[in-house]
Amino acid sequence: MTSQNHSKQREPLIRMVKRDHLPAKKAWLIRIIGLLLALVVCAVLIFSITKLNPLKVYTTMFGGAFGSTRRSWQTIREAMMLLCVSLGLAPAFMMRFWNIGAEGQILVGGVATAGCMIYLGDKLPSILLFAVMLIGSIAAGALWGFLPAFFKARFGTNETLFTLMMNYIAIQLTSYFVAVWEKPYGSNSVGIINSDTNAGWFKPLFGQQYGWNVVIVLVLTFAMYFYLKFSKQGYEIQVVGESENTARYAGINVKHVIIRTMLISGAICGLSGFLAVAGSGHTISVSTAGGRGFTAIIVAWLSKFNSFVMILFAFLLAFLERGASEIASKFNLNDYASEMIEGIILFFVLGSEFFINYKLIFRTKEHAQNETLKEEAHS
Amino acid sequence: MSSLISLLQAAIYFGTVIMLGSLGEILTEKSGNLNLGVPGIMYLGAIASLTGSFFYERAVEHPNPVVCVLIAILCAFLASALGGLIYSFLTITLRANQNVTGLALTIFGSGVGNFFGGSLNKLAGGVGQISVSSTSAAFRANIPALAGLGVVGDVLFSYGFLVYLAIAAAIVLQWVLHHTRVGLNLRAVGENPATADAAGIHVTKYKYLATCIGSGIVGLGGLYYVMDYTKGTWANDGAIEGLGWLAVALVIFTTWKPIQTVPGAYLFGILYWMNYYIPGLTRYSQEIFKMLPYVITIVVLIFTSLRKKKENQPPANLGLAYFREER
Repeated sequence: MTSQNHSKQREPLIRMVKRDHLPAKKAWLIRIIGLLLALVVCAVLIFSITKLNPLKVYTTMFGGAFGSTRRSWQTIREAMMLLCVSLGLAPAFMMRFWNIGAEGQILVGGVATAGCMIYLGDKLPSILLFAVMLIGSIAAGALWGFLPAFFKARFGTNETLFTLMMNYIAIQLTSYFVAVWEKPYGSNSVGIINSDTNAGWFKPLFGQQYGWNVVIVLVLTFAMYFYLKFSKQGYEIQVVGESENTARYAGINVKHVIIRTMLISGAICGLSGFLAVAGSGHTISVSTAGGRGFTAIIVAWLSKFNSFVMILFAFLLAFLERGASEIASKFNLNDYASEMIEGIILFFVLGSEFFINYKLIFRTKEHAQNETLKEEAHS
Repeated sequence: MSSLISLLQAAIYFGTVIMLGSLGEILTEKSGNLNLGVPGIMYLGAIASLTGSFFYERAVEHPNPVVCVLIAILCAFLASALGGLIYSFLTITLRANQNVTGLALTIFGSGVGNFFGGSLNKLAGGVGQISVSSTSAAFRANIPALAGLGVVGDVLFSYGFLVYLAIAAAIVLQWVLHHTRVGLNLRAVGENPATADAAGIHVTKYKYLATCIGSGIVGLGGLYYVMDYTKGTWANDGAIEGLGWLAVALVIFTTWKPIQTVPGAYLFGILYWMNYYIPGLTRYSQEIFKMLPYVITIVVLIFTSLRKKKENQPPANLGLAYFREER
C-alpha cells in the first residue's frame, strides 16, 4: 500500500483536455474576450509609449475610420478588398493548402488589368474592355495559383514555400512592367492610368464611387458561402482538408481537387487585383497588394472559412488600419502603429482558439482526495 | 576587376544578413516549427539593437566600442528570442496554427520595427532620423593590416567581425546538429515527436529552446543589417521584410543544412546584385534579373521533391503541432 503511494506520480497542476464540442455562442464569447484583452494590452502599450489617453486614441481611431462619409467609404473599400482576398484564400486553406502567395496572385491580376487598360483603353468599347480586363486578371491569378498546385499534386512539392517564392517573382514582374509603362519618364511609377478618358475605370454605382466593388465582393461572398457549404466540390475540399487518405478512400481524386481549388483560389485573388486597379487605385505598383495577401490569411483562418464571419474580421482589420493612420497623423507618429496593434490582436485571438478547443483542469484538493479514496477502495 | 571585387563584397554583405536569418530558421525548423515570422523577428532584432545603442550613445559622451557591441548584440538577441517565445507559446503550448502565427509575428515585428525606427528619435525628443555612428563603426571595424592586403584583403578581410561570426555559426550549428546528442535529439523531435517523446526526450523543452535560440540568431541578421549594411540608420523601406523571406528561401535552397548556407547566401547575394554589374542591361531587364534567386529556389524546391532523397527532405513533422494525448 505505502509502496504504491510512493511510486504514484503526483497529478500535474494543470492538465489540458480536448473539448468535444463547445456551443458556438460560448466559442464566440471566448474570442470576444480575447479581443477585449488585446485592446486592453494595446491601450497600455499606447499609453506607455505616447502618454496619451488610450480611450481618446481609440475614439480618434473610430473617427478616422468612420468620421465622415468619405472616410467610411474608404474603410468600406479597404474592407471589401480584404474580404475579396480572404474569399479567395478560404477554399485553399480549408483544403489545408497553405497558399501564402495571395500577394503575388493579386499583383499579377493587377498587372494584367493595368496592361489591358493601357494597351486597349482607347481601342475597345467599354463593355468589351471590362470583359477583357476581368478575364485577364482572373487568368493571371489562376496561373499563379496553378503552378504551385500542380507541383504539389504531382510531386508533393511544399506549397507554403513555393507560393511564397511566387510572390517575389510577381513583385519583380510588377516592377518590370512599372519600368516599361513608366509615365512620366523617370518618375519610376505608372501614374494614374487613362486619367483623361477614364477608360477601364469603374463607374459610380448608386452614386457611390466604390459601389461596384461592394456589389462584386458581396455577390462573391454569398457564392463562396454556398460553394463551400452546400456544393459537392465544397464537400470534397473539406474532406481533403481533414485527411487526404480519407478522401482517397472515398474515391475523391485528390490531385484533381487540389489543382481545381487552387485555380479558383488564384482566380479570386487575381480578381481582387482587378478591383484594386480598376476599382480604386487606377494605377499599378509593387505596393498594390499592400500586404493584404498576408492579412487576408488571418481573416480567413480566424473566421473558420465562413464568408459572413469574414465580413466582420475584414472590417475589424480595415478599421484598425484606417484608424491607426489617423492617430499617426493626428499625434504625429508613424502609421506602422497599426501593424503593431494588429499583431497584438492576432496573438490574442489565435491564443483564444486554444480555450475553444481545449479545457484546463486544475489539480484540486478534493479531486486528489477522491483519487486516493478510489485507490484505497481498490486495494 | 574592381567591379568584380565590389560585386563580391556586395554579395558578402548581403549574404551575411540572410545567412544569419537562415541559420536561425534551420535550427527552428529542425524542431518541427515552421516559423514564418522570420522577417518580423529580423525587424525586432534590428530595432532592439538600434534602440539599445541609441540610448547608450546618448547617455555617455565617449561610447566604448566594446560596450556598444555588447549592448547591441544583447538587445537584438533578447528581443528576437522574445519574439520566438511568443511564437513558441502560441504554437507549442496553445497549439495555434504555425503558419498563421508566424505571419502574425511578421506583421507585429514589422510594425514594431518601423514604428520605433521611424519615431524613436522624435519620442526621445530629438529631431530627424535615428543614427548610431559609434556602434555602427564598432561593428564595421576590420583589421587594417589584413584589410590592406590588396585584392585579397578587399575580398576576404574588409568586413566587420559578424561576417566571420556568421560563418563560424554555420559550422558550429552543422556540428551540433549532426555530431552531438543534443542535435540528434532535436532532429528526432522534428522528424517524429511521438517517437522522441517515447524515447524520453523532452519534446516541449527542445521545441521551445530551438525556436527561441533560433529566433535570437535570426535577430542577429537584423542587427547586422542595420549596423553594417545601412551603417547604423533606419529606413522604413520594407527592405528587411524582403531579406527575411529570402532567408526562408535560403533554408529550402540549402535543404536544411547549416553549412550550405555559407555558399548559398553568397550565391544569393551575387544573384541579387549581379544586374548592376552586367553591362548593357536596361532598367527593365534588371528587374527580371532580380527574380533569379526566387526562381532558383523554386527549381531547387521542385527538384528536392522530385528526387525524394531522404537527406534533402524537410523535417517530417514540419509545421505540425504535437499533442501527446492525440494519437
